[in-house]
Amino acid sequence: MTVKELADKFSFTVCSMPDPDRKIGGVYIGDLLSWVMGRADCDDAWITIMSNINVAAVATLADVSCVILAENVAPDEELKKAATEKNINLFTSPHSAYETAVKLYGELK
Amino acid sequence: MSDKLTFNFDVDGEDFTSAGQASVQIKRNLRQLGIDSDTIRRVSIAMYEGEINMVIHAGGGTAQVNVCENCIEIVLKDEGPGIKDIDLAMQEGYSTAPDNIRSLGFGAGMGLPNMKRNTDEMKIESEIGVGTTVTMRVNYGG
Ligand SMILES: Nc1ncnc2c1ncn2[C@@H]1O[C@H](COP(=O)(O)OP(=O)(O)OP(=O)(O)O)[C@@H](O)[C@H]1O
Ligand SMILES: [Mg+2]
Repeated sequence: MTVKELADKFSFTVCSMPDPDRKIGGVYIGDLLSWVMGRADCDDAWITIMSNINVAAVATLADVSCVILAENVAPDEELKKAATEKNINLFTSPHSAYETAVKLYGELK
Repeated sequence: MSDKLTFNFDVDGEDFTSAGQASVQIKRNLRQLGIDSDTIRRVSIAMYEGEINMVIHAGGGTAQVNVCENCIEIVLKDEGPGIKDIDLAMQEGYSTAPDNIRSLGFGAGMGLPNMKRNTDEMKIESEIGVGTTVTMRVNYGG
């Protein structure tokens, strides 16, 4: 499924979606940045509650397909700006990380 | 080794908003050079962790990336406090990051292990009160 299909299907709020056709390969949940950096796979959807600017560099370098901020966490202004500039798909989900992941699992399995 | 290409960066120790900038730039440069994506990923992850460590633990430093025919070498140099016990620092989960840094998502104690895991060679030279130099090498192609 593409990130756009995902965002549409579950009514995630789109903060930025420069690359709507990017395919989602899997899911990774985590808030500790170097943990995510080491363990997330390329093309994963990354679910987190971290919302500061450092999320942008990790998303770019780990090469995830999108970042989903769980529990309606709002991204910092700096992160929002960086997401647009750095080609990062950034959404917020009203659901918990667990519920968001379950929804994704249903689509990806 | 004949056609070595070198990139140099200053890593600002104050600025958290641009932390990781050099690594993001290197990723772009390597892509332009046509390096394979797995190699790029390894280099940029290892470099990011080293770059962030210089920002968090050492007040900044310099980064040099040498692109050779069969390997990419990353040299991160700082004049920070140094690492007292390198073996301990290398352990997963070991971190001296203060609370304000942890609240940003750092301090899992996974940075150095990530650097090790993503490179073929890694050397840490450190002297208390003088600084730290981390040299990493990623082999590719062939
Ligand atoms: N350049 C450096 N100068 C001084 N100390 C360092 C340097 N790099 C690492 N250290 C020390 O080694 C410890 C472990 O580093 P590591 O990168 O594994 O974890 P961290 O930076 O604390 O957390 P994380 O990388 O997971 O966000 C650090 O907490 C710090 O004490
Ligand atoms: Mg670190």
